[in-house]
Amino acid sequence: MQKLVIDLQQVQLTLGNRTILNDITISIYEGEFIAILGPNGAGKSTLLKLLLGLYKSTSGKIQILGKSPRKGNNEIGYAPQHRTLEADLALRARDVVGFGLDGNKWGISLPNNHRNNAINNALKEVDMLYLADMPVGKLSGGEQQRLLIAQALLTNPRILLLDEPLSNLDIAHAQAIVTLVTKIARSRNITVLLVTHDINPLLSSVDRVLYMANTHSAIGKPEEVITSKQLSQLYDSPIEVITTKGRIFVIGEEI
Amino acid sequence: MLELFNHQFIQYAFIAGTLISIICAIVGYFVVLRSQAFAAESLSCVGFTGATGAAVFGLSSLVGTFFFTISVALGFGVFGKRIRDRDIEVGMVLSFALGLGVLFLKLYTSNATEAVGILFGSILSVTTNDLYLSLFTEAVAFIVLVIIFRPLLFASIDPEVAEARGVPITLLGIIFMVLVGITIAEAILVVGVLLVFALLIAPAATAQHMSNRPVTGIIISVVLGLLFTWGGMLLGLFFHVPVSFFIASLAALAYLVTVPLHHFITPHFYNPQPHQDNEI
Amino acid sequence: MFDVLQYSFIQNAFIASFFVAIIAAIVGYFLLIRGLTFAGHALSHIGFAGAAGAVLLGVDPVVGLLVFTIIAGIGIGMLGRVLKERDVTIGIFLTLALALGILFLFLYKGYAEQAYSILFGTILGISALNVIITALFSIVTFGILLFLFRPLLFSSFDPEVAEARGVPIKVLSVLFLVLVAITVSMSVQVVGVLLIFTLLVGPAATSMRLVKNPYLAIGVAIILGILYSWVGIFIAAQTNLPVSFFIATLSFGTYLFVRLVEPSVYRIQKYNA
Repeated sequence: MQKLVIDLQQVQLTLGNRTILNDITISIYEGEFIAILGPNGAGKSTLLKLLLGLYKSTSGKIQILGKSPRKGNNEIGYAPQHRTLEADLALRARDVVGFGLDGNKWGISLPNNHRNNAINNALKEVDMLYLADMPVGKLSGGEQQRLLIAQALLTNPRILLLDEPLSNLDIAHAQAIVTLVTKIARSRNITVLLVTHDINPLLSSVDRVLYMANTHSAIGKPEEVITSKQLSQLYDSPIEVITTKGRIFVIGEEI
Repeated sequence: MLELFNHQFIQYAFIAGTLISIICAIVGYFVVLRSQAFAAESLSCVGFTGATGAAVFGLSSLVGTFFFTISVALGFGVFGKRIRDRDIEVGMVLSFALGLGVLFLKLYTSNATEAVGILFGSILSVTTNDLYLSLFTEAVAFIVLVIIFRPLLFASIDPEVAEARGVPITLLGIIFMVLVGITIAEAILVVGVLLVFALLIAPAATAQHMSNRPVTGIIISVVLGLLFTWGGMLLGLFFHVPVSFFIASLAALAYLVTVPLHHFITPHFYNPQPHQDNEI
Repeated sequence: MFDVLQYSFIQNAFIASFFVAIIAAIVGYFLLIRGLTFAGHALSHIGFAGAAGAVLLGVDPVVGLLVFTIIAGIGIGMLGRVLKERDVTIGIFLTLALALGILFLFLYKGYAEQAYSILFGTILGISALNVIITALFSIVTFGILLFLFRPLLFSSFDPEVAEARGVPIKVLSVLFLVLVAITVSMSVQVVGVLLIFTLLVGPAATSMRLVKNPYLAIGVAIILGILYSWVGIFIAAQTNLPVSFFIATLSFGTYLFVRLVEPSVYRIQKYNA
């Protein structure tokens, strides 16, 4: 029997006078690689923040690894979308990764071998060790994204939440990130939730797909969920899904 | 109260003040439209250096101010976009300019009263020469404004389309910056280096919140500018308190009451995403 | 020439500026990373009104500076990022603060002198009491900065992840701005309200272009700040010209030099990597 790591039951979230999520019920099991899809504003990032304890649900029950969501949970690693940084920022790649280890602790970090080794290992795992001392402002989008993933992995989390890591990356780099994440997830048996706009780079890696639209959601294998019928039902308006040459195209989404 | 107007310095003050506030209102309108408030603020700091530097070389501070602000304005106009994004660099240059100004101040006079005039305005001590110089430059500025008015408006609101239609936006940008330089030098005369923002930006920014139509907006801006200047001068004379304080305060308060209030009352059309990061 | 160092007012200037340079460098580094240099500028203008008000009430200007800037700092911290985009509104607020300051000073008889010293600094006239106050406030600020260092750096780089990791980002912002307020108040004594950038932002902006390790960058900034201040005071003592002018020139000159040279430094680094 697979272990249940994330459990949402009839979760509702209202912010101001907007209902973002309505009656969301999802169960996610250990080691699953889940892609979260849906139009802008559908609540994908919001869902992640609910799991991180940054938002509180208006009603419904959420359990992560058997407990309620809370901030400062080291079992969850979080990497948001990289932002364009000032080129002059005086922070090196290894400093950014280091945040994952002790960025939340008071005081300053005294140099010690144990810390350096942990950071170097994390950098090696995302194939960024050779750039360890580069200023972050001078790294490319793909390189910065890797750093954020390395940072998220430093506490040996059981769950990895990635918010649009592939946006603004060209196809080759996006694919590289997908390969990296898949490798890490399988080797560490981590549950991964990855928010994205395009399912295609992930088709060969994901176990299930979570589609969010119109304050509701549908979860299941890609071929089950991403169909004209399912999505039209979810969106409550006509959506057409075309599968061709091994790629899926969703038409009519962003209205 | 009306006997005040028998004095020449008061007459000069009102004449100069009226004309300057008109030009400020119009130029200021475009400054706000083109989001160049920061550049304007920078020019006023440079004005300080010009004014004090002029004093060291024995020139009228108005002349020195003109010289400096126009030169730097030319620089801004030519290097344009590259400057706007780098406010740390501009900040550093400005600090240096102010530092130079302090030096000139010390060299020129060992007492600080002169500095006060430059910093806080000296509209009540306008000399005849200054008045003629102001009148002349304002006339020139006004004529130039009238000539470039339509293309400037077009280029300010929609630069890409304007360029496609043959409007020389770079040249216009430079001419406009020089106009701003001239205007600021004048404004410094009235309210001093520190309070230029109030005379140049406040009436225009308030007007833009009251009307979307350019000509209406400019008229409102001029009316407001005149109100604040006259009101400020009368209050200042009545209470024996620096005129610049009242002009600036009236302008600032009018803006602060109109604009943020407007934001609170009218609903926002833009609905921000729920997870907007709200941190400073 | 070195006998100038015997005078207690020079020694006071050296001591006070030493402490100020240290906290200004650290705070400046964080202001740059958080994109908040405008807050430093804003607080110094607001501080002017406070200082002027204090002079009017017959109280030490530093008290006025501290009170006004701390309150404003808390306000800015609580209002959040919303403020950053509204240049015109902020600019007008600052102008109002300056106008108020002018009014206060005018109502006080010797206003030209006071205005001058608040705007441009008066480190050579600093009293022994103020030196002690400066040292105390600086040490406390330094201590708090040391304690907040990691979470502050983390939340400056990525507030979302930091918050997810349990860093109290809102509290940190407000606390940080209070520290900025204190630092600005102390710095005004050295370079005045108008030249605050030269001590607050200059050293850190310069060091950040040379060194990418955060601890080292701050260290270099501290050294630069102390250097500018001491050399500035020294030369001013010899020539009887304003201290803040020399500090501004040194700060700007060094920044300009580094700025022009830096691209080639980076090219060498990349070549070696």
